[in-house]
Amino acid sequence: MRNPFVMECGNYKTAYSKDMALFSVPRMKIQILVLVLFFLLLPLFASSYVVGLLTLCAIASIGAIGLNILTGYTGQISIGVGAFLGVGGYTSAILTSTLGLSFWLALPLAGIATAIVGGLFGIPSLRLKGLYLAIATLAAQVIILFVISRWDSLTGGTAGMVLSRPSVGGFSFSSTMSYYYLCIVILILTAMYALNLVRTRTGRAFLAVRDRDVAAEIMGINLFKYKVMSFAISSFFVGIAGALLAHYTMIVSPELYSTHVSIEYLAMILVGGLGSVLGSILGAMFITLLPVALNYLINFLTVYMPDLYQLFSALSEFVFGGVIILFLIFEPGGLAHIWTNIKNYFRLWPFSH
Amino acid sequence: MTFFFQMLVTGIVVGSIYGLVALGFVLIYRASDALNLANGEFVLIGAYVCVTLVTAYKLPFIAALLITLVFSAFLGLAVERIVLRPLLNAPVISVIMATIGLSSLLAGAAHMIWGHQRKAFPQVFPSQPIEIGGIIVTPVYLWSFVIVIALLIIFSLFFKFSKIGIAMRAVADDQQAALSMGISVKAVYAITWAIASVVASVGGILLGNINGVSSTMAIIGLTVLPVVILGGLDSILGAIIGGFIIGILQSLAGGYLDPLVGGGLKEVAPFIVIILILMIKPHGLFGKGGIERV
Repeated sequence: MRNPFVMECGNYKTAYSKDMALFSVPRMKIQILVLVLFFLLLPLFASSYVVGLLTLCAIASIGAIGLNILTGYTGQISIGVGAFLGVGGYTSAILTSTLGLSFWLALPLAGIATAIVGGLFGIPSLRLKGLYLAIATLAAQVIILFVISRWDSLTGGTAGMVLSRPSVGGFSFSSTMSYYYLCIVILILTAMYALNLVRTRTGRAFLAVRDRDVAAEIMGINLFKYKVMSFAISSFFVGIAGALLAHYTMIVSPELYSTHVSIEYLAMILVGGLGSVLGSILGAMFITLLPVALNYLINFLTVYMPDLYQLFSALSEFVFGGVIILFLIFEPGGLAHIWTNIKNYFRLWPFSH
Repeated sequence: MTFFFQMLVTGIVVGSIYGLVALGFVLIYRASDALNLANGEFVLIGAYVCVTLVTAYKLPFIAALLITLVFSAFLGLAVERIVLRPLLNAPVISVIMATIGLSSLLAGAAHMIWGHQRKAFPQVFPSQPIEIGGIIVTPVYLWSFVIVIALLIIFSLFFKFSKIGIAMRAVADDQQAALSMGISVKAVYAITWAIASVVASVGGILLGNINGVSSTMAIIGLTVLPVVILGGLDSILGAIIGGFIIGILQSLAGGYLDPLVGGGLKEVAPFIVIILILMIKPHGLFGKGGIERV
């Protein structure tokens, strides 16, 4: 019987164009199609709770892919994603709730607004590197949240704003299932964009900046342009994710976009794998579902240890930190690398070399 | 005018605690090029251990202090050995993320052990405020000011003259050269983490004496970041001066500007300042920018 996991058994490429191809083997196209079909058909037999969780995963994946463009592709650390999600969410809230604009216009506008804010805070990146840049983005986080919670007339201050689910024609995306489809479609578009980005001139410039920005500049890459651009592109997707999240939870308020959210997103791309689109999605699912899984575990264990429930919030914090550290020490490549290892294992099976 | 001077003095004494916590950041950065974002949790755990020893085990304050310092030293050693050593030579983002993970881990552990309630220190310092020319200062603040200045002098001398201090400077300067001169880089890292953890817990005990100990205390780790960046990540003097500058700035912003915008500016002002400072001097006021070669 043919091994169903085999994708390719050697390098038979004869042209550079083949090396650059998105799908290295025709069968990959079918496999991805099957995977996408699986996620499209899932809501038909899954409970609405599961679909809701998957919607959150999909939204987080969009944001994580955005952050990965900045941190994984271009090598710039940002601890400000939480606030950028907030910018996206609030822009959409103001445009739809206050100004009565259609969601379909507000969504791209939220992305563009976040891209502008992100690009603005990306300007210091030309002179700042590593730790200093990380702190500058943290400062961005604090300042943006301060503005949001103080600009009462525009944002409703600490009370936040209420949003409604989008609709097209007479059809409203109010059900969990329909909103899930919306998010999945946007996720697929985002993933396609990010996958194709590395194949373009811009994407390669990003990678060059990541690997050694001084060398990249000597080679004629305009550092300022590409650094700000990566901030803007990344923030665009983060803003889209923020808007989608806001319309899903139907409320925006400053405490939803705390520094902890930024850290969660960083954890997603680290656990998933830096510079990998598949990794972003896996990491987003992992970090989103981790507290849910812990909750199940606690519910199961409280039968034997009743006072465990009070410890839950502390425990999830503890496990979250532990998971990050374990991944960094034992699998810096993240889930994407684990997946590659599994594939390689089966590719060579039953011979280990 | 008295109001201004009161704000100024408050800023200076608060700034001295900032400087103390910032010192922990700088020590670690100098030795291992890592920013310890779990510093706030070191502060918190130090304070909790000390307050528990004093209240639950009825130890005298000095004994509790000494035990806490020993405990913190071991905590620092353990963290370095378990988390940081496997990440030697890892990219910056891994180290940042590791310390973020560590802070989450330690915060979770602290919550599990001590819960969320605020614990008050029994009276250690006299509570009667001292009044000098209309300006009121609490003795705790004065004590922390004295301790910070003392630590600054001790650390300057330590780095200049002691064997370990010189080894630390050598490692900070060039790891490979230090190694080839027979300095054990691993030992230096371990000692640095122990010292930084001890310094953080001294800060925690002082802060605990002022406000009581509770889980919100770990926020000082984030509040102090602007201080470290302002002074420059690798300058001890910068950390202390940065502490005073940010302390005064916060105090003045809180006194004069907060009533205008409705509060909260006190926490944000330092971050606005560091963005501006970083645009002009990307390595802070006293930090050294390295030459980069391809």
